[in-house]
Amino acid sequence: MKKLLIGLAGVAAMSLGMAASALAEDPMKVCFVYVGSKTDGGWTQAHDIGRQELQAHFGDKIETPFIENVAEGPQAEGVIERFARSGCELIFTTSFGFMDQTMAVAERFPDVKFEHATGYKTSENVTSYNSRFYEGRYILGQIAAKTSEKGVAGYIGSFPIPEVVQGINAFTLGAQSVNPDFKLKVVWVNSWFDAGKEADAAKALIDQGVDILTQHTDSTAPMQVAAERGIKAFGQASDMIAAGPETQLTAIVDTWGAYYIKRVQDVMDGTWESQSTWDGLAEGILEMAPYTNMPDDVKAMAEATEAAIVSGELKPFTGPVNKQDGSVWLAEGEEAEDGVLLGLNFYVEGVDDQLPQ
Amino acid sequence: MGMTEAILLTIATAATPLLIAAIGELVVERSGVLNLGVEGMMVMGAVGGFVIASLTGNPWIGVLAAIALGVITSLLFAFLTLSLAANQVATGLSLTILGLGVSSLMGEQFVGQAGKKLGNLDFPFLTDLPLVGPLLFGQDPIFYISIALVFGVSWFLFRTRVGLTLRSIGNNHHSAHALGIPVLRYRYLAVMFGGACAGLAGGHLSLVYTPQWVENMTAGRGWIALALVVFASWRPARVLAGAYLFGAVSIGQLHAQALGIAVPSQLLTALPFLATIVVLVLISQNVRATLINTPAMLGRPFVPDR
Repeated sequence: MKKLLIGLAGVAAMSLGMAASALAEDPMKVCFVYVGSKTDGGWTQAHDIGRQELQAHFGDKIETPFIENVAEGPQAEGVIERFARSGCELIFTTSFGFMDQTMAVAERFPDVKFEHATGYKTSENVTSYNSRFYEGRYILGQIAAKTSEKGVAGYIGSFPIPEVVQGINAFTLGAQSVNPDFKLKVVWVNSWFDAGKEADAAKALIDQGVDILTQHTDSTAPMQVAAERGIKAFGQASDMIAAGPETQLTAIVDTWGAYYIKRVQDVMDGTWESQSTWDGLAEGILEMAPYTNMPDDVKAMAEATEAAIVSGELKPFTGPVNKQDGSVWLAEGEEAEDGVLLGLNFYVEGVDDQLPQ
Repeated sequence: MGMTEAILLTIATAATPLLIAAIGELVVERSGVLNLGVEGMMVMGAVGGFVIASLTGNPWIGVLAAIALGVITSLLFAFLTLSLAANQVATGLSLTILGLGVSSLMGEQFVGQAGKKLGNLDFPFLTDLPLVGPLLFGQDPIFYISIALVFGVSWFLFRTRVGLTLRSIGNNHHSAHALGIPVLRYRYLAVMFGGACAGLAGGHLSLVYTPQWVENMTAGRGWIALALVVFASWRPARVLAGAYLFGAVSIGQLHAQALGIAVPSQLLTALPFLATIVVLVLISQNVRATLINTPAMLGRPFVPDR
């Protein structure tokens, strides 16, 4: 018994010592879990650029290990837990499908801080952070309605989750603000990243007469098809101008770097608190790629809309807005609540599609 | 170009890589070897084709590189399962995982670059014919290779002596061995042919279908090709039918969605696999027909004992 106690005391002393030395000199470990590869040209690449900015900002004061290609679902839990065990103080899990796994690991490691992207659950040591991508999509809708000759745009959707539905609705509302009769055709490919399928969807939409293409999937294949067929398109998550120099009108670019730097600084200062962040164009977590391949008046309109959104003067989801079936969603001047937007599961009037349930 | 032509062309493009990979795997399985590494060989072909095409600026050299990489990858499988008699299922699965990993390593510098597209054929006058023109005379060269492969393989397996020998090895390698047929040499060549086809299918993806390289761009097409071989009960013409049926279903559902017709796309994505299960159930009802077409030695290692 005595021996056991001495042994335990020794272990305790050792771990205390280690913890103390960790505080004193070791660089702080900030860890990232990625759903795709860091060179995917879209979503994960945007997060990795943020990580690199973070590393450059703090230099040798921090370490930023990351793991790529972590499948969403139960397998992710092991990866997150390994990070938590290996001494990460702050862990960013950068995909919607890591939410429940992040919550589960966070409960077992109350001293580690977690940040989950684009989800809606938080706890004592889990923050949720998200970007108002739909603000950018409202601008895309306006540009589409101005530049389209046929008045029909094609939208390639990944999965019918609230984030994507927000985008479709915002795009439609933006387009309708310019041309009330504007039509939107939606095709779901049930994948975030399948270049072949995305290209097939793009071809199908173009064959059915759309002359503007936008996507909520991550590969540049639709941009290539649009370029080949001579129509215009919008990039997603990263600037995709390289795939369509004559084709891309603009792109929604995710810029996570500033947010990552701020949160790490908070941990260093001891001011980190669990919160639910949902920033947009105003805070710079989202940027528009240069407006290209469009006439000057369209560009001026897009820039004016962007400025209005940044200043807070324009909120895309402001009434009067009807639901797809014609019933009233938002009355004149009424703004949608964030809670409703985060669970959005219906279309607004004018979307030519049935939402898969 | 009318909508019908456009749809048919898109279907052909979607079906071609499946058809090529499946026809290669059919020959492998007819020789009695089960190579589950089609996805891995395909993705190696895709990366090899893209990288070499962008380095040399010539998509045709890219096509050759795709085939070569498919063959090299398949040789690894052949060495492990034929020379060392390792378990074919386990080796094939590892080949897929290996191919996905190695290809992303090789292609890392090339992600997001604009690729070289293999151009479509263009005959004066013929290509401009309504409907049949673009379909028969205006597609990419690999489409014609895929059709030629179906007829070539069909003729080879059922009309030539070497083809007959290959099938006999697949049905009973001990008897074939006793007759003095070099079983392993035949199987090596069959596996290499399968590798070449999978590589070419991958090259089609990165040089024709979507001329770019992204990690894991095969996205499960190798598995669909494997399912097609079973679906076709090891007959080349049925592989052709199956690949085009699958292409038609996947393109058709996109068009249905764009038209605003509500179809559960998740169900349609699963359709080729459901169809395979149904076909398996149906053919297992008729024992005789099953025995005639299924290579009896499928997946069994062969060790020449003397």
